[in-house]
Amino acid sequence: MIKIINALLAVVAGVGGAMVLYFVLNYAAERLPGRWEHRVKPYVFVGPAVLLIGLFLLYPAIRTLIFSFANRQSTEFVGFENYTDLLGSSAFRTTLLNTLLWIIIVPAFVVVLGLVVAVLADRLGERSEKAAKSIIFLPMAISLVGAATIWSFVYNSRPAGSTQIGLLNAIVVALGFDPIAWLQIDDGKLNSLLLMIIMIWTQAGFAMVLLSAAIKSVPEETLEAARIDGATEVQTFFRIVVPQIWATVITVFITVLIGVMKVFDIIYVATNGNFNTNVIGVEFFNQIFTNRNNGYASAIVIMLMIAIIPVMVYQVRHFKKQEANA
Amino acid sequence: MTTSSPALGTTGTPEGQPAAERRAAPPAAEHGKASQLARGQANWAVKSFLLVLCLVWMVPLIGLLVTSFRDPDDANTTGWWTVFADPFGSWTTENYSTVVQGTMGPAFLNSFVLTIPATIIPILIAAFAAYAFTFMRFRGRDFLFILIVGLLVVPNQVALVPLLQIYADAGLVGTFFSVWLAHTGFGMPLAIFILRGYMQTLPRSIIESASVDGAGHFTTFWRLIVPMSIPALAAFAIFQFLWVWNDLLVAKLFLGSGENEPVTIALQSLLGTQGQGWQLITAGAFITMSVPLLVFITLQRFFVRGLTAGSVKG
Repeated sequence: MIKIINALLAVVAGVGGAMVLYFVLNYAAERLPGRWEHRVKPYVFVGPAVLLIGLFLLYPAIRTLIFSFANRQSTEFVGFENYTDLLGSSAFRTTLLNTLLWIIIVPAFVVVLGLVVAVLADRLGERSEKAAKSIIFLPMAISLVGAATIWSFVYNSRPAGSTQIGLLNAIVVALGFDPIAWLQIDDGKLNSLLLMIIMIWTQAGFAMVLLSAAIKSVPEETLEAARIDGATEVQTFFRIVVPQIWATVITVFITVLIGVMKVFDIIYVATNGNFNTNVIGVEFFNQIFTNRNNGYASAIVIMLMIAIIPVMVYQVRHFKKQEANA
Repeated sequence: MTTSSPALGTTGTPEGQPAAERRAAPPAAEHGKASQLARGQANWAVKSFLLVLCLVWMVPLIGLLVTSFRDPDDANTTGWWTVFADPFGSWTTENYSTVVQGTMGPAFLNSFVLTIPATIIPILIAAFAAYAFTFMRFRGRDFLFILIVGLLVVPNQVALVPLLQIYADAGLVGTFFSVWLAHTGFGMPLAIFILRGYMQTLPRSIIESASVDGAGHFTTFWRLIVPMSIPALAAFAIFQFLWVWNDLLVAKLFLGSGENEPVTIALQSLLGTQGQGWQLITAGAFITMSVPLLVFITLQRFFVRGLTAGSVKG
C-alpha cells in the first residue's frame, strides 16, 4: 500500500514538479527585457531534457570510457590492461564470435522473414491477413525473459527413458531417436542458433508490420506499368517494390541490429552464457554484477560502442539527408 | 518492447494538411489508390505456409498457457499436449494462487509502481523539448538534435557502470527512485525524436495565428500543441511502458531481488529454481506477460500507427 502511494506521489511530484519548474522558469524568462526573453526561452524549454540526457547518458558514458582504463574498483589506472586481458582470453573471444554470429544471422533473418510474411499475407483475404499478422506480431509485447521461459519449455530435455515434457524432444523421441539436450550442444553452434530463434520469434512481427505498411504504400501505377511491360511478379517485386521500400528495410535492419548487439535477457535466462553461448551483453552483466569488475565491464561496453559507431554515423547521415529533403 | 530505441525515420512531410487526418488514414490512402499486390490471390502453397508459420508462432505460447492451468503432477510428468486427449481432465487455478501468494503478487504491484512513473514523467519533459526543437530558433539547436539522433542507437549499457557506482555512493540502490530517474533519462532521446517528428507535421499556420493573437510559447504549447500531439504522446507512452515493464537488466542492477523486485526478476528467480515445477514457472510467466499483452492488444492501433508513421515516410 505504501508503495502505491509512493508511486502516485512520484507521478504527482514528478509531473507537477516539472510543470511548476517550467512555469517558474518561463515566468522568469518573460520578465527579462525584450530580446533576452526570446534568447533565453528556448533553453527553458529544452534545458531539463538536455540536462537529463547529459546526466544519465553523456556524463556516465565518459566515465565508462575512463573506467575502462582503470582497475576493477576504478581506483587506479591500468592502461589498456582490461582490453588486452579480455581480448587475450579465449573465452572472451568465443563470446565475441557468438555475438558476431547473432549480428550476422538475426537481423537478416528477421528482415527476410518479415518481408516474406508481409508479401504473402497481402495475398490473403482481408480478415485472414489481419489474423495472421496479429499472431506474428503478438510476441513483440512479451519480455525477453518471458520469451526465454516459453522457449526453455519447448527446448526442455529429460534423460532418455523418461517422458519428455519439452515439445521438441517429444517429437524427437516419437520419431524413435534419443532425446537431445538442445541448449547444451554447441556443435555447429546449435544451442546459439536455438537461442537466436527466440529473438527472431519476438522481432519478426515488428519487421513485418513496418514492411507491410511500406509495401502497401507503393503506388499501384508503378506496379501496373511493370506488369504491362511484361514483367513477371518476381521481377516486379525485386525491381519495383524492393527499391521503393528500401529505406524501411534499412530502418528495420538497424533497429533489430542494435537490439541484437546488446542482447542479454534471453541468453542470461536460458543458459547464463554456459555451453559456449555467451555474448557480450551477458558478459557485461556478469562482470559488473557477479564479478564486480568495473574495469572489464566498462571495457566491454566501450568495445560495443566502437561497433555501434558506424551505425550511429549512418543514422545521423540518413537523418540529415531526410531533413534536407523535407 | 524488447528493442530499445527503434531507429525511426522522421515523420515530417512538407504538405500542410491536417496531421490528425493524415494519421488516421492508412499510409496507402495517400497515394490515392490503395496498392494491393494481389488481394485474395493466395494459392494453397501460400496459405499453408502462413498457416504453418502461425502455428509455429502460437504453439509455444499455447503450451505455456495450458501448462499454467494443469495439475502439478500432470504438468511435470506428461507433455502439455496430452491434455487434448482429455480436454475435461483436471484443470486448476491453484498454480496462479500459489505464485501470487509467493513472489509474483508483490512483484506484480512493484512492476506497476516502477513502470507508471517511469512512463509518465519523461513525456512532459520531452514534449517541452520537442516543442522547442520544432517551433523555436536558438543557438545549438541543430547540434543538440543531431546529438539526440545519434543517441537513439546508443545502448543503456554505456551508462550503467558509473550510474551504479553513483547510486551506491548515494545509497539509492534498491529504491524505485533510482530506476524512475534512470528510465526517464534513457527514454529521453526516443521521446524527443518521436514527438518532434510528429510536431513537425502540425500545420504551422495554427501556431502563427496563435502568436498573432498574442499567445506566448507557453500558452501555445499547453493549449494547442499538447492536445494536438496526443497520438504521438500515446505512441511513445506505449513504447516506454512496454520497455520498462519488460526490462530485466536495469531492474537487476538498480533494484535487485527482494522486496522491490518487478515481475521480470521474480520470473527469472522462479526459472532459476526449477524445483518449483513448470506449472508455477508457466503461471508466473503468464502473469508477467499479461499486462503488456493487454496493453498491446487494446492499444495496438496507436502503437502500429506510431511505428509506421515513424519510418514508412523515410
